[in-house]
Amino acid sequence: MLRGFLMFAIMFALLALVGFMQSWPLAFAILNLCLISAIMSLGVNIQWGYAGLLNVGVMGFVALGGLAGIVITMPPVTEAISAGGGGVLLALLVAAVTIGIVVLLYHRLSGKLRGIAITLILLAGAFAARAVFDPAVEAIEAVDSARTGFLGGLGLPAVVAWPVGGLFAAAAAWIIGKVSLGLRSDYLAIATLGISEIVIAMLKNEDWLTRGVKNVNGLPRPVPYEVDLQSAPWLIDLSERWGIPVVEMSSVAVKLCYAGLFTVVLLIVLSLSERALKSPWGRMMRAIRDNETAAEAMGKDVKARHLQVFVLGSAVLGIAGAMLTTLDGQFTPASYQPLRFTFLIWVMVIVGGSGNNWGAVLGGFVIWFFWVEAEPIGLWLMDVLTSGLAEDSALREHLLKSAAHMRLMTMGLILLLVLRFAPRGLIPERS
Amino acid sequence: MMDILNTLALLGNYLIVPGITYGCQLALGALGITLIYGILRFSNFAHGETMAFGTMTVILLTWAMQSVGISLGPLPTALLALPFGIAATVLLLLITDRYVYKFYRQQRSTPVIYLIASIGVMFLYNGLIRFVIGPDDRQFNDGTRFIMKAREFKEMTGLREGLAIKSSQGITLIVTILLVIALFWFLNRTRAGKSMRAYSDNEDLALLSGIDPDRVVMIAWILTAALATIAGTLYGLDKSFKPFTYLQILLPIFAAAIVGGLGSPVGAIAGGFVIAFSEVAVTFAYRKVFGYMGYEVDGLMQLLSTDYKFAVSFAILVIVLLVKPTGLFSGKSY
Amino acid sequence: MTFLLGQSMTGGYGGADILHDCTIGVERGEIAVVVGPNGAGKSTAMKAIFGMLSLREGTVTMDGEDITALAPQERVRKGMGFVPQTGNVFPSMSVEENLEMGAFIRDDDIRETMEQVYTLFPILREKRRQAAGELSGGQRQQVAVGRALMTRPGVLMLDEPTAGVSPIVMDELFDRIIEIARTGIAILMVEQNAKQALNIADKGYVLVQGRNRYTDTGATLLADPEVRRAFLGG
Repeated sequence: MLRGFLMFAIMFALLALVGFMQSWPLAFAILNLCLISAIMSLGVNIQWGYAGLLNVGVMGFVALGGLAGIVITMPPVTEAISAGGGGVLLALLVAAVTIGIVVLLYHRLSGKLRGIAITLILLAGAFAARAVFDPAVEAIEAVDSARTGFLGGLGLPAVVAWPVGGLFAAAAAWIIGKVSLGLRSDYLAIATLGISEIVIAMLKNEDWLTRGVKNVNGLPRPVPYEVDLQSAPWLIDLSERWGIPVVEMSSVAVKLCYAGLFTVVLLIVLSLSERALKSPWGRMMRAIRDNETAAEAMGKDVKARHLQVFVLGSAVLGIAGAMLTTLDGQFTPASYQPLRFTFLIWVMVIVGGSGNNWGAVLGGFVIWFFWVEAEPIGLWLMDVLTSGLAEDSALREHLLKSAAHMRLMTMGLILLLVLRFAPRGLIPERS
Repeated sequence: MMDILNTLALLGNYLIVPGITYGCQLALGALGITLIYGILRFSNFAHGETMAFGTMTVILLTWAMQSVGISLGPLPTALLALPFGIAATVLLLLITDRYVYKFYRQQRSTPVIYLIASIGVMFLYNGLIRFVIGPDDRQFNDGTRFIMKAREFKEMTGLREGLAIKSSQGITLIVTILLVIALFWFLNRTRAGKSMRAYSDNEDLALLSGIDPDRVVMIAWILTAALATIAGTLYGLDKSFKPFTYLQILLPIFAAAIVGGLGSPVGAIAGGFVIAFSEVAVTFAYRKVFGYMGYEVDGLMQLLSTDYKFAVSFAILVIVLLVKPTGLFSGKSY
Repeated sequence: MTFLLGQSMTGGYGGADILHDCTIGVERGEIAVVVGPNGAGKSTAMKAIFGMLSLREGTVTMDGEDITALAPQERVRKGMGFVPQTGNVFPSMSVEENLEMGAFIRDDDIRETMEQVYTLFPILREKRRQAAGELSGGQRQQVAVGRALMTRPGVLMLDEPTAGVSPIVMDELFDRIIEIARTGIAILMVEQNAKQALNIADKGYVLVQGRNRYTDTGATLLADPEVRRAFLGG
């Protein structure tokens, strides 16, 4: 208990150090992402720490949450909706009907006939759906493509997008879980890896929905804009009193608002997770994790429990993903990299202490902090190490240029070292 | 008649030739996955990066050879660099095994721990590769570009459709065939190979029979290094070398290994071709084919845009998991 | 001097002891059978002799040599052949490859030994190219025994070789085991089918709760009314 408290204290001291040494807006920027990382880390901890489920597609669930950011908060593009909204809807309907028929045939028919019939129906459905879909998409994307070219969203407040992001991710998780749970653990890992690649491909290419690589900018915010604050009398007053420039002051103020909102979400998720972990449900989950065969023998429906916990954890990831788009104010599909959004989160959980929610939160903070600060530290280190070399030495130049890649290696090394020498993490699971 | 021939040439050019090439590359990759699975019993997520590392060493050696004027004439210099690249990759994997996996073997850890460790190793290799060669696209194919150009084919046959075969595609096929023959000869005919199969089949009985587990594991890594380096180099010769693509190829490779049945070498090869041909066939635009058959159609007549080619591997993977989790050649699903 | 002797063995898998001062031995060319109710420690006793669990007290000697400290693999090199109850073949490998793997520690010509195994189990010669996993239960047991014979062991240990096979197959298998014993190999066998096993046994051990209860020739034990009533179902 004391150990955890101390470590959190050190963490906040480090953040303050960044404030003093570098700048306060940077310190708060890091803090905000620490908070989001902590929520993602909680999501993975629910899956891995509680149940031993390996989700290698964290990125996909986070990105699905991000999608909710667009669909919920952006104002609708009425022209695009009237141009192709109906077509898209019809195409989706055709796809749904096709799948329905396939499921029906799967249960009604058998043998070779089933295979042939299903293949034919799938082919026909695919071509029919595309026949409706393609012109509709073309029409949507033609609508003022430089600025919109997509359907837009519902125009609801940003905070609504967060739970919806959770729902999106949960839905995807349910499908994946249905297919791959109950088989050996590697299969879930590979299936989640697959779904995350597909989600990203979809977000990059379905311009009618996400504008694709053109990105969606200017997502509505749940907090005031810096420009508005800079003319607010109370802020000008405060900045004069503390001797901080107005621009910096406004930036810090906005980030503080975000930090407040995120802290509330984090605390809600954390307290729910803690309560779940301590409940009979949580004890059962851990019993299953520690000895699946015994739990099964005792009549526990292991697969159903796993599905439950997998969906819940993914929902938390989706919530964090939606929060991230809100914080960024934009949705950039190309920014979703597996190393950043899947494996980094993993490192957070393992380093923090799998199975312990507080550990996961601390892991989120620590790893995110070093992920951001590793670059300046690495650069500085390289600079010192190569100071003996001539200023224009090719080796020195190469080393300095590659310092950015050092952090991948560092993260890999940290993961391996913790896994081997301190497998229980910074704040170990209470047994 | 001409239409049929033209259709065949068209399909050959865009479906069969690329399908075979890609299938070879996936098969070699999946063999590496399946070997490690059979012996160490975990899904090696670092395999894509192992391929990238092997390719990188081959590229660096190719450059070195080029700079001193060594070349293979019409063949890419990379083929000459290959054995050295393999040696470097063997070294890397053996060092990794010594300092990472060996510990978990002694602990008798569950496969999932190995899997996470392999993710850490993946990170490490990933950073190492970017550190040494950078994240950019690299071309290193310096041989003749084509075995047969589309124009030559048209002149030769008088068809409207061309059929081009790149040298890299020919090399891929030949090298794969030779390698697979060598591998199966090793596994089925030599004592060391048989002891590996025995270990994969029944670890306890293999130990009782006096088979040395450390030796089996070492051979598995050596074979994996060779397979990964060759697969990665062939892929790089055919497309180009970009570190990021080797992370993406992990999914089709895993899909191939599972479709064939994890742990089954024959399955890995079959799975590689199943995935490759499905991917190519589903993302192929059939408009011209319809044209030759006498139907003029609008649109590309493409089932899925190439952006979604990963969805194909995934879909096949899902079908296999639903219908036959042990794969076509009954690997291990437990 | 008994050829293979587990003397006063006491121990278990960590935790509580399963064997208590248990002694089991067998001579060359002899068949010794260990019987007893479920949980009597029969398999454990055999595993202790084979070195799969470490003894707290007692010794294991073979041909006069103390092998108590040796690992199972080393005991195989010393001339012990062991046929586990389950997982005793390499299922995806052919019958012949199974035999080859059995002889993995040998560097000399194994063809003669393989020929002997094929003579003993003619069906294996017929199926030598077939994967062991595709064979019937009885044939798989023959492969397992054949595999263990490939090291030309001085003693062959069988852990319930007839578990899950039909009575006809069981009789057939016991006949083969007698044949093997006639070549001078010592046979130590744990059996559920106590009556049939004692029938072919030169020596029988009845274990109860990890202790020797009765030890005598197979025929005497079969004739003992007390043993019959308590352990052989009348």
